[in-house]
Amino acid sequence: MTTTLADKPLYEGSDWTFDTIQRIYDTVERVAAEELGLDTYPNQIEVITAEQMLDAYSATGMPLLYNHWSFGKQFLVNEMLYRKGQRGLAYELVINSDPCINYIMEENSATMQTLVIAHAAFGHNHFFKNNYLFQQWTDAEGILDYLEFAKRYIASCEERHGQLQVERLLDACHALSHQGVHRYPRASARDLKAELARENQRHAQREREYNDLWRTLPKRRAKKAEPASERALALNLPQENILYFLEKSAPRLAPWQREILRITRVLAQYFYPQGQTKVMNEGAACYVHYRIMTALHERGHITEGAFLEFLTSHTNVVSQPMFDSGRYGGLNPYWVGYNMMQDIARVCTAPTEEDRAWFPDIAGGGDVEGTLKHIWANYRDESFISQFLSPRLMRSWRMFKVADREKDEALRVDAIHDERGYREIRRALARQYDVSWQEPDIQIVDVDLAGDRKLVLEHYVTNGVQLAEKDAVRVVQHLADLWGYEVTLNEVDNDSRSALREHKARPRESGPRLADG
Amino acid sequence: MHIVDRRLNPGGKSLVNRQRFLRRAKALVQQAVRDSLKDRSIKELEQEGEVSIARDEVHEPTFRRAPSGGDRDYILPGNREYLQGDEIERPPSGAAGTGGYQGDGEDEFRFVLSREEFLDLFLEDLELPELAKKRLATAEVQGVRQAGYATSGSPSALSIGRTMRNSLSRRIALGRPRSAEMLRLEEEIAQLEALPGDHADEIAKLREELERLERRRKLISYIDPIDLRYRRFEPTPRPISQAVMFCLMDVSGSMTEHMKDLAKSFYALLHLFLKRCYRHVEVVFIRHTDRAEEVDEETFFYSRETGGTLVSTALEKMLQVMKDRYSPVDWNIYVAQASDGDNMPSDTARTIALMTGEILPAAQYVAYLEVGREEDPMMAMGGPLARASDLWRAYGQIEEADGKFVMRKVHHRREIYPVFRELFARRGMAERGQKA
Repeated sequence: MTTTLADKPLYEGSDWTFDTIQRIYDTVERVAAEELGLDTYPNQIEVITAEQMLDAYSATGMPLLYNHWSFGKQFLVNEMLYRKGQRGLAYELVINSDPCINYIMEENSATMQTLVIAHAAFGHNHFFKNNYLFQQWTDAEGILDYLEFAKRYIASCEERHGQLQVERLLDACHALSHQGVHRYPRASARDLKAELARENQRHAQREREYNDLWRTLPKRRAKKAEPASERALALNLPQENILYFLEKSAPRLAPWQREILRITRVLAQYFYPQGQTKVMNEGAACYVHYRIMTALHERGHITEGAFLEFLTSHTNVVSQPMFDSGRYGGLNPYWVGYNMMQDIARVCTAPTEEDRAWFPDIAGGGDVEGTLKHIWANYRDESFISQFLSPRLMRSWRMFKVADREKDEALRVDAIHDERGYREIRRALARQYDVSWQEPDIQIVDVDLAGDRKLVLEHYVTNGVQLAEKDAVRVVQHLADLWGYEVTLNEVDNDSRSALREHKARPRESGPRLADG
Repeated sequence: MHIVDRRLNPGGKSLVNRQRFLRRAKALVQQAVRDSLKDRSIKELEQEGEVSIARDEVHEPTFRRAPSGGDRDYILPGNREYLQGDEIERPPSGAAGTGGYQGDGEDEFRFVLSREEFLDLFLEDLELPELAKKRLATAEVQGVRQAGYATSGSPSALSIGRTMRNSLSRRIALGRPRSAEMLRLEEEIAQLEALPGDHADEIAKLREELERLERRRKLISYIDPIDLRYRRFEPTPRPISQAVMFCLMDVSGSMTEHMKDLAKSFYALLHLFLKRCYRHVEVVFIRHTDRAEEVDEETFFYSRETGGTLVSTALEKMLQVMKDRYSPVDWNIYVAQASDGDNMPSDTARTIALMTGEILPAAQYVAYLEVGREEDPMMAMGGPLARASDLWRAYGQIEEADGKFVMRKVHHRREIYPVFRELFARRGMAERGQKA
């Protein structure tokens, strides 16, 4: 590739102006197109202060969100950490929307602004637009409108039904939000924009159908209890999306409560892909910013000093303390992701014999960008790791697997980075990133709508890991409040099908309420 | 690509959520504020500060897998010596490995309350009426005063008198033709025109003169921007006024923690109040048993002394300090005395003499707070069984005689405020005092 050196670097020193940002953006955009050929949503860059960054943090990164005390709590936590200097603030925050909104902090130096533009506005942006999970589950175009609608709707509910009522309901919804996602695509993708219209239509329909005479009809004699299987069929059971089930079938919820259930469910669904692609998303963004910054340096757009500054923060971001260093706090997704991307690039261009054996499809293919873009589009963390973690990386990370068996006295080293261990380690690591493995498998299995209306759930316990008890009791209580009748959650061993524990709750008076009044 | 500058957007987007959180955890936060008063010095009361509440109460539960139990696999980086099949001793639960991150921070939720939030909660606890709360919580407004004139300013601050004066002197100095003069010329011309005969020359001359004057009038305007003067205001600190607050307390063995706590709340409130009224407030702590000494705050509240009780020693000590450092000419003197009411009967006469003879004339306000146990059956009934203490009876005579002296019995935090109402009722006096 012919590289012509720029006459003059984009900026000198660390100060920047809006003009500088514009020039940086334009150059980065050009370089990104030439080097990587990324496909992104249009960008919108917003400069914010540290305080605004804290605000954004506490609202799960969204620019506007309904009000709830838990976000206030989040704010206080972050503020405390920030003030004490225990945690710095992120340099940027990016929202999966169209146009893609990038928040950058005002106190970043010019080099940091270049870095975050390359990282977020191109790396993350490309990933959001192209990854199949985001395409399937999120509606980048509609999300901001939907948030706006949610905020207004919940505010109007607060006006009409009182803040306390809404707060109690939201508490219950938040507790169940992890159980409020569809894990597998069923119907067509949700069109968020049409939600509002549909809701209005539903209301109108209900109003049309309303007739006071229905009330006066003689009550039919109670039918015999149906057998479980028929009921299950009628109610679409078993059902793992608890919020969805409650929204559709809970007998005692008011329409506005159903709508709020729906809002929390839609938002949980929106965030669902992010949790499954942390490693890939960050890995892709880090790989992109590294390539772009290096290219900028090679072409003389940034000075030597700026490049060194970039390398320092890059190294900080993708560092990983070893397990016995005393600072180990789990695997750093930036580190895993970035190194795997670099490794794939290496396999494409300079494969070893081992790589050819392990990755016959991509080894020596030479098309680094094409291969990576294909991977970014079609994998999530779990499948990505289980297919692309190479023996070479496992060796260089010196990975090992420790098995903790309840019945054994000591922990056992199951596998290390050797010929016998590679596949075992890779399989186990991939499993750690599998949400369906990490999240407890809880399903609604039975409900007798004609009888006592008891709702029965089961938690299929794998490997003997039960639910955290204190939390489970509280969430079951929330669940009972929403359902309106008794709820039982049975913890059942997945293999032996033997019952391990049972949580029961009856609804408290007047629907969902505060934990302890 | 758009770049948007959001920095000027109004901040405090999280304020609503923050308030909701505080409301939700109100009982806990209030308790925490009360507790933190113990750790704060009186002067620091107004600052923002960290409080901690039990995490459990604001916990958001979810269905999640238990952190321990069952069979688990860990993938870790950085193997040094392990081989497949090696056994590692199980780390004691909660100490190392994954448990290392659930340290002591887990059961406490710590956060920072802003100054306003802290004051709000503190004052609410004392059951102050709204008005008083507002007065204490809102920051004082700095006054402005006129400070000469400026050549620029807002139209509303235009000083017409000063501007016209400038205009006049400029017109005189530059010799702006007066309208009377113009009128005279015009009349002359008119007269000449009316006269028979040929006065064309004269008329032309006069016209020329008139034209010249008119040109000059245009050049030298009636009011020129240069004349404009605006009243200039500058923010002015309120007149420097200072107050000193003497905290006197009996620290003999009979004073319990609860009593000291009551006294501390009272001192804190008084300090807060004085800070509203005066720019500079100093606090002097004098503790006494049968002898008195000046101590720092820490010692004042938290160290125990044994001995008899001679109130007069504290008053003497106070007068001594006053003489040395705080002359009543320069300082507003406030005295707050807390005691459980014990005094040696022989000392009473001297105490009263000192109080009426020397302290009251010099002081703005003297408060005597008699603190009691929280549940005192005698006091609660307030009946004839409640025996008045020695000091109470002694001071009783003064209270009737002099309006500057207030005494109250306090058993509970909520009773502190009534003592204070006296002080607020006297605010007029306090303000006069500061102007003096």
